[in-house]
Amino acid sequence: MSESGTRVAGGVEAGAVPRPPATAPPLTSELVAIPRSLADVTRDIARPLEGRPTALWYLGLLVSGTMLLAGLLAIGYQVMTGIGTWGLNPTVGWAFDITNFVFWIGIGHAGTLISAVLFLFRQRWRTSVNRSAEAMTIFAVMCAGLFPLIHMGRPWLAFWVGPYPNTRGPLWVNWRSPLLWDVFAISTYFLISLTFWFVGLVPDFATLRDRATGAVRRAVYGVLSLGWNGSTRTWHRYELVYLLLAGLATPLVFSVHTIVSFDFATSVIPGWHTTIFPPYFVAGAIFSGLSMVLTLMLVARKVMRLEAYITQRHVDAMCKLILGTGGIVALAYATEFFIAWYSGNPYERFVFMNRAMGPFAWAYWIMVTCNVVVPQLFWFRRIRGKVLAVFVLSLLINVGMWFERFVIIVTSLHRDFLPSSWATYRPTLIEILTLVGSFGLFFTLFLLFCRFLPVIAIGEVKGVLAHGAAKDGEA
Amino acid sequence: MTPRFVIASFLREADVLAGTRAARAAGYEVVDVYTPYAVHGLDQALGVRPSRLGVACFLFGLLGVAGALWLQVWTSAVDWPINVGGKPYDSLPAFIPVTFEICILFAGLGVVLTLFARAGLRPGRTPRAWAPGATDDRFVLVARLTSAVHDTARLTHLLRGHGAVDLAERIGEEER
Repeated sequence: MSESGTRVAGGVEAGAVPRPPATAPPLTSELVAIPRSLADVTRDIARPLEGRPTALWYLGLLVSGTMLLAGLLAIGYQVMTGIGTWGLNPTVGWAFDITNFVFWIGIGHAGTLISAVLFLFRQRWRTSVNRSAEAMTIFAVMCAGLFPLIHMGRPWLAFWVGPYPNTRGPLWVNWRSPLLWDVFAISTYFLISLTFWFVGLVPDFATLRDRATGAVRRAVYGVLSLGWNGSTRTWHRYELVYLLLAGLATPLVFSVHTIVSFDFATSVIPGWHTTIFPPYFVAGAIFSGLSMVLTLMLVARKVMRLEAYITQRHVDAMCKLILGTGGIVALAYATEFFIAWYSGNPYERFVFMNRAMGPFAWAYWIMVTCNVVVPQLFWFRRIRGKVLAVFVLSLLINVGMWFERFVIIVTSLHRDFLPSSWATYRPTLIEILTLVGSFGLFFTLFLLFCRFLPVIAIGEVKGVLAHGAAKDGEA
Repeated sequence: MTPRFVIASFLREADVLAGTRAARAAGYEVVDVYTPYAVHGLDQALGVRPSRLGVACFLFGLLGVAGALWLQVWTSAVDWPINVGGKPYDSLPAFIPVTFEICILFAGLGVVLTLFARAGLRPGRTPRAWAPGATDDRFVLVARLTSAVHDTARLTHLLRGHGAVDLAERIGEEER
């Protein structure tokens, strides 16, 4: 290890002390499938970044890129023409756009749950999945933000929602509106998630910088790593900051979907005007997000060949979390229905009977099947053990949770107090293509993330490995 | 006198923990230990004082609360009061959600920026590499020998006894 200008501190005979091997023995942990040394972990996780991507990756990018392009064309058309291109009418004034917004925000919530809440609960299994879950949060919030932006009709004036001194008075924003609360909640959520993600990435950027062979890579990772060198004094502060961020992100994630639910709950529409909405929305958000994490986890595991790090135990734990949150969601559905009857309010009763048996009953029953019945299959260890079955079930839950938002929004609006104004709703091609485009954006960003950033937190996995070794009494 | 540094690389966290404790117990100054992940207990072994970043986080949060409340009350009740649905101009309960969000935003961004400033983390900084591998699989201990009575040979023997695999000495170089 001696370089020019330094001399090996020699002159001391090691004598009776046996010299340890030049490389450390591999470590085992119940969270990593095969024994791995620290250097193996670095190599395994950095490999997808340093080699050429697989054919499957290119195929995925082609598909998601095409979807994104379709969405961009649809967005371009509706911005040029106006939001009259949507299937809305005076009765159903809110439908597809806000359904997608709530759906995507909900998807993001599981990322924060895994990275912050499970961190606070010392769930060590989160280390293999937290990085990709956090990435998912950021991309999902970006997709969600797209919809209110388009809904404005003139997205180039989006900055009007901010409280800034302007030439119109200055006319300030209305701080009492839940829609404005949304602006603050979503932007704070995005910024804090991004910061949390970046802070977690800094030590890994340093690892990649020190491995980089090309000058460009070294320069880029060098800038991103902020000159990290693994100093214990910095780690000491870093760990505290990570804990503080987790502590801040936890109430934040609950507040964000609470505020999203206020968009509905503070109105006087039967079916929306209920106090159960905040916890109901938060539970639903986490439930839908967990199933999306599971979907992506199984894809990343296969495409990036990370079976050693994302093990059966991780899949099992995720299935159990889905089962738990699915139970909360089922309870919320039942409570909502019971209260509608128990309130004695004829309008409430009508809205709920109309949901289950009216013209949108098909959507309601898709929602119940996917969100209440399907998760029950996760009670069986046999099913949790089959990757393909878990993948299909997680997709079904994603579908179900999209329909939940559609049911809440459209069925509450389409038959209002006056039967003469009853109407129906059908999405136009433009609206459907915009949804497709948001999926395209999401998957394109996720595939690029898999290619250029470490999908697993290298430093954290090493910590877990060493922890396992210490428990076994090896170290 | 010019400072002398002894740099020792370890392969296992238990070894570097024991080595750090032993070196400090023998009266040597361990400047820092560079590790690929956060080794728990190493900060105590090094004698790092508890961080006050928690206080910084709290103060930033407080600043966020104060700033958000001031902005909302000033814009709605002072600068241009507008009657919205007959509600009071200073509708404090309705101002809570935004106040909460700004509190979290300031506390989170503030504490991270404080960390970067305090730890000297910034784009373009070239880190001091004492020995290779500290971001991969090595635990690198750096000790400073300040007085003439400190003996390099004794320290290297001590560290080797605790499992150090690569040992080097550098003379008269800067820290960091």
